[in-house]
Amino acid sequence: MAFFTDPSITIGTKLLEVIYIFMGLMAIYTGVKNLRDKENKSPVGTCVFWCALGIVIAFGRWIPAVGNGILIVIMVVPAILQKVKVGHVSAPTEKEVDTNYKKIGMKIFLPALMIGICAIVCALIPVIGALTGCGIGVILAAVILMIYSRDNKPVVFLNDSERLLSTVGPLSMLPMLLASLGAIFTAAGVGDVIAGIVGNVIPEGNVNVGIIVFALGMMLFTMIMGNAFAAITVMTVGIGAPFVLAYGADPVVIGMVALTCGYCGTLCTPMAANFNIVPVAMLDMKNRMGVIKNQVIPALILIVVQIVYMIMFK
Amino acid sequence: MEYLKLIGILIVIVGFALKKDSILIIMCAAIVTALVGGLGIEGLLSTLGQSFVDNRSMAIFIIVMLVTGTLERNGLKQAAADLIRKVKGASAGLVIGLYGVMRMIFAAFNVSFGGVAGFVRPIIMPMATGAIEASGKEPNEDHVEELKGMASGMENITWFFGQVLFVGGSGALLVQSTLKPLGYEVELLDLAKVEIPIGIIALIVGIVYYYLKDKKLTKKYYGTEGGKK
Repeated sequence: MAFFTDPSITIGTKLLEVIYIFMGLMAIYTGVKNLRDKENKSPVGTCVFWCALGIVIAFGRWIPAVGNGILIVIMVVPAILQKVKVGHVSAPTEKEVDTNYKKIGMKIFLPALMIGICAIVCALIPVIGALTGCGIGVILAAVILMIYSRDNKPVVFLNDSERLLSTVGPLSMLPMLLASLGAIFTAAGVGDVIAGIVGNVIPEGNVNVGIIVFALGMMLFTMIMGNAFAAITVMTVGIGAPFVLAYGADPVVIGMVALTCGYCGTLCTPMAANFNIVPVAMLDMKNRMGVIKNQVIPALILIVVQIVYMIMFK
Repeated sequence: MEYLKLIGILIVIVGFALKKDSILIIMCAAIVTALVGGLGIEGLLSTLGQSFVDNRSMAIFIIVMLVTGTLERNGLKQAAADLIRKVKGASAGLVIGLYGVMRMIFAAFNVSFGGVAGFVRPIIMPMATGAIEASGKEPNEDHVEELKGMASGMENITWFFGQVLFVGGSGALLVQSTLKPLGYEVELLDLAKVEIPIGIIALIVGIVYYYLKDKKLTKKYYGTEGGKK
């Protein structure tokens, strides 16, 4: 309680904590609903995953770090054992969607864009912040949807979000786990070791060469791993920080554009199957590389553009 | 043996390249790195726990989902389909380009219409082949195959480079939390801002490239008159 009454903490941070508690409860709801779902083939594993996640998100601030660590290990066990499953899916029928659309029409874009608008507006108000803005946007969007239609009761929102959460499943935790892995790499001194090795290749103090190596490295690593999120943690710790940022380059430009350099790699690799191979099957294409073939030239143009951009605005 | 600390990176690269379970790879890399790096089990658990709680911001998508599903239920996809169907008389390449504009703008607000399965296949591809037919040509099989690739490419390019414009998107959040332990504090709004020029260039590159490619293919498969009305 001391956290919420502390006057030195901004209202935005306090609201964000409330949003985290709510998000945690949503995860726990997902866990409990699946535990009682007869159609779920693995109710216990699914419940353990979502409830452990929910507890860390909602109450992590008040749990000691080691306790949170243990909860995360408990959370990943059913995920690794493939014991987190989707139960009964109550997707809306086409008829229901059509009826709703006839009633609401193009006005549906207003709540859809609300979250992004609130995020930008609140980002401009430092005491509130972008993330709290997202939360406020969600509430406003929900209120608008309730005004549009009486059928949009709170339980509909809750069950629709449970359906989506269950569908995305444990893989949605990938960015958070990768960020934690990055923190472990940093704590273990991995960055220093890479810096020592790469230091023999990159002339010390040449920021531009560092940027080129960082950008191309991001693209190449992403192509090998098929995931720019995995590449950015490793590459920022190993190359971005010691060879570019350490010499005073702008972390906003370098850190962020490096990620989109990685996306150029995503466009060129069959390893990113979700984006490049699955569509081939969905569109009944003959050439397995048919999507990638159409992305290579834009990707090459964009990597060059981004390297120039990073060098210009470092 | 300093180099032993790199084994975690090796595990990540090899693991992802061999398509092993992503979460398993990350946990293995974390445990091995913590042990050879001298953090120990307790250090591992506390670093893991601390960083996960510090990075809860990345789970913000959970609260966003509270409305995503219900927006879908209330006809968001149908509205988007009707919006793009307002386009008349465009060539197939231009249909793909206009879809790119629409998708990128909505991606910047973190709104998607269902990807290749949900939108490109049922809405965009019929519009593209319809554009060929409207110009009095029988759609050529190889041309349509290329159009499918182009539409998917546009889908990916605009989504990747559009979503980083969303303040609170997971990419920027990951960059923010990767930089934090290294001693660099950055704001989400600034991260989105630096991507605006890149996003616009990406969109233009996609539109121009696919437009020209379609024009060239139209010439190749149907003669010189082009795919327009």
